[in-house]
Amino acid sequence: MHEYSIVQSLVDSVAAAVGSRQASVHEVRVAIGEMAGVDCGLLTTAYEVFRAGTLCEHAALTIDRIPARWHCPRCQMAIASGAFLRCAACNEPAQLASGDEIVLQRIELEVA
Amino acid sequence: MCTDCGCGDVNLVPLELQTRILARNDGTAAHNREHLRERGIFTVNLMGSPGSGKTAVLEATARAFADGSKLAAIAGDLATENDAMRLARAGISSRAIKTGQACHLDAEMVHHELHHLDLNGVEYLFIENVGNLVCPAVYDLGQDVNVVALSVTEGEDKPLKYPTMFAKADVVLLTKTDLLPHLNVDLTVIYQALARVMPDPVVIPLASRQPGGVDGWISWLTQRHVGAEMAVS
Repeated sequence: MHEYSIVQSLVDSVAAAVGSRQASVHEVRVAIGEMAGVDCGLLTTAYEVFRAGTLCEHAALTIDRIPARWHCPRCQMAIASGAFLRCAACNEPAQLASGDEIVLQRIELEVA
Repeated sequence: MCTDCGCGDVNLVPLELQTRILARNDGTAAHNREHLRERGIFTVNLMGSPGSGKTAVLEATARAFADGSKLAAIAGDLATENDAMRLARAGISSRAIKTGQACHLDAEMVHHELHHLDLNGVEYLFIENVGNLVCPAVYDLGQDVNVVALSVTEGEDKPLKYPTMFAKADVVLLTKTDLLPHLNVDLTVIYQALARVMPDPVVIPLASRQPGGVDGWISWLTQRHVGAEMAVS
C-alpha cells in the first residue's frame, strides 16, 4: 500500500506550488493512469487520512482516471488492453500511448 | 473573498501544474543512475512476489560469477537482514534495508545505502526489492533494467493479475523450473499471459539450484552490461 507515500509526495508538491502565496487550497486535481500501479480508492482513503493538519486539509481531491491506451509505434493502430501487445499488421511491440500518469494537474486556490 | 457586492463568495484562482507527483523520487533516481553509470556499474532492480526465488537467483548469480565480476547488492525487506546475510555468504557485498511497514524501496533509501556500500571494482549492483508485485513497480530507483522473478508455482495467470509490474519488466526470470515435473503447469499459458501484458516479452527459464541453471540469465545480463558500456563510450 504505497498510496500513503504518494499522498505525502502529493501534499509536498502542492506546498511547493503554493509557495509563499497567502492562499488556502480549495481543490487538488490529479491524473492517475490505469497502468500507473496506483489504486484510486486507496489513494482517496490515504488522502482523507493524511490531509489533516496540512495545507490540503480543506481541499477536495479530484482524480481523473486515465485509461491505458496501447498503439503500434509504426502504424499507430490501437491495440486493446488485454490483447497480445504486438501489432498484427507490422509485428511491432505495442507502445503505451497513455495510462501511466501519476500527475498533479492543477490546484485551485482561495484568494482573500 | 468577494468584496464587490458583499455576496461572501471566495475568489478561486486555478494554478495549472502538470507536474509528476513523484518528481522528487525521480530526481534522486536520476542522481543514483548517473553516479552508478559513471562508475561503470550495471544496476538491476530485481522484483517479484515473496518466495519467487529472488535471493536464490542472486546466490546462483554469485556462483556463476565466482572469480569473475565483482557483485554488490542492496536487499529490501520489511523486517530481518536474512536476505542480505544470505547474499553476503554467497560472496556478494550486501546491505540490508529494513523498510518497517513500507512495501517498496524508493530512490532515497537506495541513495542512502549507496553511501555505505564499497563500490570499488563493482560491475553489477543488484537491488533486491521488497517481495511485492504492486508497489515496487511505481518507484524508479536509478536502475538500468527491471527484472521480475516469477516462479512456476505461482499460477499461470499471475501476469494478468499484476499487469503494471510485468509491463515495466525488461526481462522475466521464470524460476524453479526444476519443479515442473511435480506440477500441473502449462508453460505456454504463462508465455501467453506475459504477451498480453508485456509488449516485447523476454522470458528466461531458470533452475537456480541446478548446475548451469542460470546460464541463460548470466548471458542476458552480461550482454546488456556490454551494451550499456558501449552506449556510454
